[in-house]
Amino acid sequence: MHMSDGLLNAPVSVAFLVVAAVGVGFALIKSRADLDDRTAPMAGLVATFIFAVQMINFPILPGASGHLLGGALAAILVGPYVGALCVTIVLVVQALLFADGGLTALGANVTNMALIGTATGFLVAVALRKVAERGKGGLAAVAFVSAFINTVVAATGFVVEYAIGGAGGVEIGKVALLMWGLHALIGIGEGLITAVTVTSVAAIRPDLVYLLRGTKKPLEVRS
Amino acid sequence: MKKFFIGFAVVSLLIAGVLSYFASGSPDGLDKTVEDTGIAEHAREHPFAGSTFADYAFGGDDRFTGLAGVLGVVVVLAVSFGLFWLLRKKSDAQKSDAQKSDAR
Repeated sequence: MHMSDGLLNAPVSVAFLVVAAVGVGFALIKSRADLDDRTAPMAGLVATFIFAVQMINFPILPGASGHLLGGALAAILVGPYVGALCVTIVLVVQALLFADGGLTALGANVTNMALIGTATGFLVAVALRKVAERGKGGLAAVAFVSAFINTVVAATGFVVEYAIGGAGGVEIGKVALLMWGLHALIGIGEGLITAVTVTSVAAIRPDLVYLLRGTKKPLEVRS
Repeated sequence: MKKFFIGFAVVSLLIAGVLSYFASGSPDGLDKTVEDTGIAEHAREHPFAGSTFADYAFGGDDRFTGLAGVLGVVVVLAVSFGLFWLLRKKSDAQKSDAQKSDAR
């Protein structure tokens, strides 16, 4: 979901660079409370894993593919603030080292995938925390649903940005329909990857799953 | 504890270094949307499109995708680990260590 430069006009691109900078700055400040000697290495590995999995485009329709965004995955494993930073680092490295995602578009890309995606994934996961605490099946279901919604809402970010100041003046309904349709399918893949990843971590190291922190009884997740 | 972290890193390396060869080459959801609507005509070339590892290749040769993937894993791990390690709350023992070294 990395947009190139030129799809949004210059003022909108700059505006979202500001939005992204404010959001990432806020996440930097808030993340400190969630990072210690144990969770800091975990956060680094979560960012690394998201980078790796984002390379794997999976087919959704003939001639169309999708890849993990990682917002819900990061939020469930390391919390919303650290999670937003994980996805941001991935997007910055992709743009600078691999020419993947434009430079003026970086603000909008960070806003959609790192901020909107992670916040949405986290809010859905927290709303369903009681289900996640029930065991492996519950955690998998919560991971799937929050990842699916994070994908569709992040896609909506592009629709809104295009409506405010997109190039070419294409009817917004057409853009929205395509984005939502395609990302509903991509969201299924995002949900599956997130569910498998989160339950795998929980099976080995449940203490490293942010969403389950503070759970009264230790979760029994056995594979 | 270390085993888990090493395992997690190895999984990431294998995904980026090996599984990446099996990724679909079709446009992703956003690219497909902008192509089908004609918005893509307005896309500008990436300023770094000619750089060594552009598009997860090596000098434009995508037989080296796995190499680019491994490089990306190493860079993301170094940047993120470094940032999160600096941001983390230090334990009390480390705090007093830090104070001692500051005093020196």
